[in-house]
Amino acid sequence: MELFVFGCAALMVLIGAVGVITRKHPVHAALSLVLTLFGVAVLFVIQQAHFLAAVQVIVYAGAIVVLFLFVIMLLGVDRVENLQTEPLTTQRPLAVIVSLGLIGVLVAAFATGSGVLHERGSGILVPDSTTGSDANTIQLAESIFSQYVVAFEVTSVLLVVAVVGTVLLARRTKDSVSENPK
Amino acid sequence: MIALSLAPTASWYLVLSAVLFGIGTFGVLVRRNPLVMFMCIELMLNAVNLSFVTLARQLNDINGQTIVFFVMVVAAAEVVVGLGIIVAIMRNRSSMTADDLAELKG
Repeated sequence: MELFVFGCAALMVLIGAVGVITRKHPVHAALSLVLTLFGVAVLFVIQQAHFLAAVQVIVYAGAIVVLFLFVIMLLGVDRVENLQTEPLTTQRPLAVIVSLGLIGVLVAAFATGSGVLHERGSGILVPDSTTGSDANTIQLAESIFSQYVVAFEVTSVLLVVAVVGTVLLARRTKDSVSENPK
Repeated sequence: MIALSLAPTASWYLVLSAVLFGIGTFGVLVRRNPLVMFMCIELMLNAVNLSFVTLARQLNDINGQTIVFFVMVVAAAEVVVGLGIIVAIMRNRSSMTADDLAELKG
């Protein structure tokens, strides 16, 4: 059963990822990204990370992709990238070599490192009749709000800084508005 | 017994995340639309998140899932700032590729 779910989710992830890098139109690339993000959410669910799967769907597939589509609409949807022309002649072969080499290095690292990995944590609660249906969420919340509460507060500062910075970046200042008609 | 031996192990998930990361790298290197380059960065972040969750399950450690939560928050902030920069640069421009951003070239 897990094999079947893994196969379907992996297919979703890979088809979506290839779609992101091959579709000419940015809107199609964004919709392929949604497919990949949902596939990753499914992979989170079958690995008992239920809260993260929910956050993945809400934050990534919801908020971030909507933000991408909003910016695409804002900048104009008709700008299709010409994938046939290649301004740097050796760019694509080099990119193929670099990414295949990166995959090879990562797989080799996983293969050599899998023997020395050993269980080090105190266990992840799997939701069942004894632990309750929201055991994963409770355990994650205990970890975030006790051990990593400082990091959590710093993240809130980061979000405020990001929002203020984006508002400053994206708004038109009075000077540029008054200068443009002249 | 056959179903047990065919259950996907942690290395399957790790190899999948490595392939996803490689595809994202290829996209960042090849695509010239800054928005699509951003989407490829999201692919790479998702690959890292997938390997974090897999290793959290393998090592029986909830901290792997905790850090994925923080990675998601930082990724959201990064996308907001990056798209703000792209909008600020591209607003008065007709073409939209990363190659056109060469105004400082001497």
